[in-house]
Amino acid sequence: MPKITYVEYGGREHRVEVPLGLSVMRGAVDNNIPGIDADCGGECACATCHVYIDQEWLGVTGMPVPGSQEASMLSFAALAQPNSRLSCQLKVSEALDGLVVRLPEGQH
Amino acid sequence: MTAPLDAPHVDVDSIPLDRMDVSDPKLYQDDVWWPYFARLRREAPVHYCRQSLYGPYWSLTKYKDIMQVEVNHQVYSSASELGGIAVEDQPKDMDRPSFIRMDPPKHDEQRMVVSPVVAPGNLANMEGVIRERTARVLDGLPRGETFDWVDRVSVELTTMMLATLFDYPFEDRRQLTYWSDVAIANVRSPDAPVHSEEEKFAELTKMTEALGKLFNERAQQPPKFDLLSMLAHSEATRNMPFREFMGTLSLLIVGGNDTTRNSMTGGLMALNEHPSEYQKLRDDPSLIPSMVSEVIRYVTPVIHMRRTATADGEIGGKHVKKGDKVVMWYVSGNRDPDAIEDPDNFIIDRPRPRQHLSFGFGIHRCVGNRLAELQLRILWEEIMQRYPVIEVMGPAKRVYSNFIHGIRSLPVRIPA
Repeated sequence: MPKITYVEYGGREHRVEVPLGLSVMRGAVDNNIPGIDADCGGECACATCHVYIDQEWLGVTGMPVPGSQEASMLSFAALAQPNSRLSCQLKVSEALDGLVVRLPEGQH
Repeated sequence: MTAPLDAPHVDVDSIPLDRMDVSDPKLYQDDVWWPYFARLRREAPVHYCRQSLYGPYWSLTKYKDIMQVEVNHQVYSSASELGGIAVEDQPKDMDRPSFIRMDPPKHDEQRMVVSPVVAPGNLANMEGVIRERTARVLDGLPRGETFDWVDRVSVELTTMMLATLFDYPFEDRRQLTYWSDVAIANVRSPDAPVHSEEEKFAELTKMTEALGKLFNERAQQPPKFDLLSMLAHSEATRNMPFREFMGTLSLLIVGGNDTTRNSMTGGLMALNEHPSEYQKLRDDPSLIPSMVSEVIRYVTPVIHMRRTATADGEIGGKHVKKGDKVVMWYVSGNRDPDAIEDPDNFIIDRPRPRQHLSFGFGIHRCVGNRLAELQLRILWEEIMQRYPVIEVMGPAKRVYSNFIHGIRSLPVRIPA
């Protein structure tokens, strides 16, 4: 099973196995990792599962398509950066084994 | 949720389905809306009301159908020119656009001007002042006598917050409360602060002039971190036409106090109606954050939001035509058993308590939602340190509105 590392804002790391096909958001929620709120439950409708993708992984995860719902929602997330993604839109695959995502100071 | 004794008893099941009209503000003032939506969810989850005071409209009553429309702003527009965000259109020559009544790209540009005020870092900075004020207000409450919780606590705390967000003269802050009440007033209600659309517009003109003066002063000063200064210094908002400025101020004032005000009151009512949950809270105050989300769901401070279809489409198997009014009834989606388990119960330790519709979803999701949660969390933390029991002594007086789930007064008593 692919392993994903979530790094809390304070620096604490959580390395967990996430089943193929689930979202990176779901991996955090199912493992009770603090810092991912996911208010809408994965509908790409609230921007509270915001994560920063480590630079070396951006080529694999890709960026949100301009004009997409994810890009719109992210544009309202406080603290969004060029490497921001909504983790509900990242589907776990073998290619993401080893992915590192960092959590923002707060979800808003 | 118990109906007041003077509310007429209506057998909801005897109303012909096509005559069901949930836009009647009386249903919310009398707090008898529940069986209407229970029936619609069961028999006609996407329902067309042909005739109402506000013309024909579609009602969405299920969580998933509401979510579908929330995330499809390309088709379901909020634009003021098409009628805006409430089932009742604003009068054509007095309409007051603001970013909640706009679609992208203009919506996005304006929303981004004000959103930093409620960013996580700023919320952390505000926590201290909110806690200090909350403690002061609670310490000043009488013991052993009945008083109005709305006036002494809910209005007071949220109006202080609003004065801070606008950097408005603190001693004049109740003026903001008044303008908020004017902005949401249904002019047909006898106890509304204004009784015609013209009178409402005139009062909101006074608001716009007063705040416009501060706006102009701040435009001349270096940028500060308050809403007026932010609006005055941003390209997207510094030159708004008069009615748009009026609409924007109204939006920020109402959004910035009224909804939280009603959650502060509604939460105390919910705990009194559910004594075992109140006890659960006393036994374990660490449940407060989760209770806060449950209060916001259970109270549902915004009753509905409306969109206008800009293309033919399908919602829940029904054909919605271009130009149709589509009303998302948050009060109903938040009580949808297919989305939320045991939805009619107030349960302060629910799993996933933030999965509710009260803040809306999609690009118009409440910009201040985390500030609202913060204020409510601090209020309950400070209450539980002082007053294990606050008793509700009589029925709440509710506002005549199908849009804002407002509570005008609530008699309570803190045991001596």
